[in-house]
Amino acid sequence: MNLSDQHFTDDNIIITKVEDLFNWARLSSLWQVGFGLACCAIEMMATSASHYDFDRFGVIPRPSPRQSDVIIISGTVTLKMAIRIKRLYEQMPDPKYVISMGSCSNCGGPYWEHGYHVLNGVDRVIPVDVFVPGCPPRPEALLEGLLKLQEKIRNESFGDKNV
Amino acid sequence: MKSAEEIFNILKEKFPGSVTELVADKPVDPFIEASPLEIDKICTFLLESEEFKFDSLMNLSGVDDANGEKEKDEKGFDTIKGGTLSVWYHLESIELKHKITLKVSTERENPEVASVAEIWRSSDWHEREAFDLYGIKFLNHPDLRRILMPYDWEAGHPLRKDYKNPEFYQGMKVPD
Repeated sequence: MNLSDQHFTDDNIIITKVEDLFNWARLSSLWQVGFGLACCAIEMMATSASHYDFDRFGVIPRPSPRQSDVIIISGTVTLKMAIRIKRLYEQMPDPKYVISMGSCSNCGGPYWEHGYHVLNGVDRVIPVDVFVPGCPPRPEALLEGLLKLQEKIRNESFGDKNV
Repeated sequence: MKSAEEIFNILKEKFPGSVTELVADKPVDPFIEASPLEIDKICTFLLESEEFKFDSLMNLSGVDDANGEKEKDEKGFDTIKGGTLSVWYHLESIELKHKITLKVSTERENPEVASVAEIWRSSDWHEREAFDLYGIKFLNHPDLRRILMPYDWEAGHPLRKDYKNPEFYQGMKVPD
């Protein structure tokens, strides 16, 4: 149930819980770090473009991790890059969320067996909230991943993230 | 426009000890085998002589021949002792429109090849890649260090046939 679906009985006054209000504010404007690594980044760009719009969910790209809420790891994570991803994740302010997009960042992808420099899954360095499968996932799949993240945020309580 | 036999004959006269043979019976383009420490003199001659003018190095890559004997080392993994590593040069002349392939073989334990970085500048990074992935040392290279793997990669040279992934790298679990 969305906050804005409530019935206005008395001239724009809504009565709700503080938790619901904060969660609604967080999920409606998830600003993402524009972080694309490989082919999944093209699909992420396609999702941000006008056909499968990201902006209608409140997701806009920010250039710096210090100003963003969600990082979408899209593409193959190599060992060299994983050190930098950890640094970017630590630079994001709380509350922060991670979406792992595509096979390569979920589990190493097609390079899991013989890739000598591929990290098999980005969850070996940072904690991931939502995994979106696909190689690459369609924009609709990424949007569903975003909706699942919004569901997760809607059901959060204050003790979950250090605010 | 010269064929491979003509190029080989001229090279054999000029460098009798270093250029060994022309291998033309394999299903690939004919290639000339040369010795690893003289390859820079041979390539200088190929670049500068008027009848050859090989001014474009199309490719330089290392190959692990894996022709030594396979044995098990102390941890039970397969290693290869003896045998060779080779470096292949693919040269082309844009003016005279001919091309040739050269092959250089070195031993696996201490591979050393003369560097052609002063002759064609593009081989600078190709030789760094061959060093990084196979361990072949190039003598007189201006800046020989790893180019693809991280600079502090201790676990060896990945494209060798007996390479094993390390367990951890800087706190991340590497293998599957």
